[in-house]
Amino acid sequence: MNWYGIKAIYIHEMERFRRTLFQSLASPIITTSLYFVVFGSAIGSRITEIDGINYGSYIVPGMIMLTILTQSISNASFAFYFPRFTNTIYEILAAPLSSFEIVLGFVGAAASKSLIIGCVIILTANFFVDVRIDHPLLMMFFLILTSITFALFGFIIGMYAEGFEGLQIIPILIITPLVFLGGSFYSINMLPEFWQKISLLNPVLYLISGFRYSFYEVSDVSLFTSTLTILTILIGCIIFITYTFSKGYRIKD
Amino acid sequence: MKNILEINNVTKFYKNSVKALENVNLNIKEGEIFALLGPNGAGKSTLINSICGIVNFNTGTIKINNMDIVKNYRTTRKITGIVPQELNLESFETVWNNVNYSRGLFGKKPDNNYIEKLLKQLSLWDKKDNKIKELSGGMKRRVLIAKALSHQPKLLFLDEPTASVDVELRKDMWDVVKKLNEDGVTIILTTHYIEEAEELSDRVAVINDGKIILVDEKDKLIKKLGEKTIKIELFDPIEKINGNLSKYNFTLDQTNKIISHTYNLNSNTTDITELLNDVKKDGYEIKDINTEQSSLEEIFIKLIKENNNELVRN
Repeated sequence: MNWYGIKAIYIHEMERFRRTLFQSLASPIITTSLYFVVFGSAIGSRITEIDGINYGSYIVPGMIMLTILTQSISNASFAFYFPRFTNTIYEILAAPLSSFEIVLGFVGAAASKSLIIGCVIILTANFFVDVRIDHPLLMMFFLILTSITFALFGFIIGMYAEGFEGLQIIPILIITPLVFLGGSFYSINMLPEFWQKISLLNPVLYLISGFRYSFYEVSDVSLFTSTLTILTILIGCIIFITYTFSKGYRIKD
Repeated sequence: MKNILEINNVTKFYKNSVKALENVNLNIKEGEIFALLGPNGAGKSTLINSICGIVNFNTGTIKINNMDIVKNYRTTRKITGIVPQELNLESFETVWNNVNYSRGLFGKKPDNNYIEKLLKQLSLWDKKDNKIKELSGGMKRRVLIAKALSHQPKLLFLDEPTASVDVELRKDMWDVVKKLNEDGVTIILTTHYIEEAEELSDRVAVINDGKIILVDEKDKLIKKLGEKTIKIELFDPIEKINGNLSKYNFTLDQTNKIISHTYNLNSNTTDITELLNDVKKDGYEIKDINTEQSSLEEIFIKLIKENNNELVRN
């Protein structure tokens, strides 16, 4: 293993995060605070409790998931697309690094940034509502696994994007709707039966449900199904990246 | 001297079926400066990028230090460095971080003393804390060289190292290249500045349309393919070419006092002695004689023209 190479990519990416620390942290903190104002205060005054949990507290795991998913994807996709755009990718391709090591460096950094942001959101949420974590280890398990999985997904976008606009299409058109419709701010039990069934086709529902279980022991689907879903997406991303690297597509002519 | 790089039958197609390299065979000796000459689009950069792992080639083998670059990519890439043609740099990073990043990528543990020495050698030490975007084009080019040397490679590729740099900086770059070579680094440079190849290289290859047309020692190439011109200056002008001089195919300058006669160095015999005798026989006094040899540039143009004509015929 080229540990120095992995470390170089990781530190290089984290350095970019440090340089833009204010923008990186201010945006999720402000967004979270706005969600609490809009959803927690406005809607929360009408929906007092879901599954015995105060509405404001209930939406915290969903909000964290929303941020983790979008941040992991955008961090990883930008991190890999940027050297492609500036042509500094030549150096990574010429270095004695395997595709696994390249992915480890970029995805590791993107997932780390998301984890930091996730922790900041938990702290921010504490200013607005009571946040209880019944299973901290399970919560960390979901947090880390989701960050890595969606950083891998972002890496794929970074490999395939043909422009900066391309980096935004999937997060805006697919991920954000899936998160909003995946029970971030409600329980699917509140939906009519037909829409409950439709919601079960949304993979993000399983992530949010499992993550929420680690906080309050309440979930829309079983913990096993949630874990299986995230692991399936993770493996799917790994297979896709391995295939793309083996073909050199979008990276090497 | 052993070969540090061996390229055998390498062919490369791009996705649009354009053949960029066709059966390229080339051996590079350890310690030499090798110049790869060719017009734009000839395949110079594709060849270098194939060796460095930046593009995939389709068929053939490339070995560095007798190791296959695909099977043993970790070992071979550790001893290889590349300076790309474009100024591809992370603009918001400092010089110091940029160079250290490159060293890390190539699997070397941090060595501040070496990086300091390297930056001083390339006159970049006082810019080490500057961001890349604050540097001039010439300085950026030096940073690229520092990055390529950060992991102490044995084989260095310079892809158009002096493209778009001024004459003074070009001379500076040449000094850097010579110094690196003296320190034991084998250098392969692509260029379309013939004077660069003439100044720096030990051997030269000419590539055109993805094929290596010729490989030879620079001096031998000039000698082998070069034409020489003898210039005979007379005290009095030649009013009319007749008599003994009429059998020669020479040219006269505007004053009709300087005879220019071209001959090939390859020929076993030349007619120079006869010409000089005939000049005297026809009653002209010789004031001065000098010779001019064709430059690598003239040879290069001649080769490319011949190759292109051959391609048209086929």
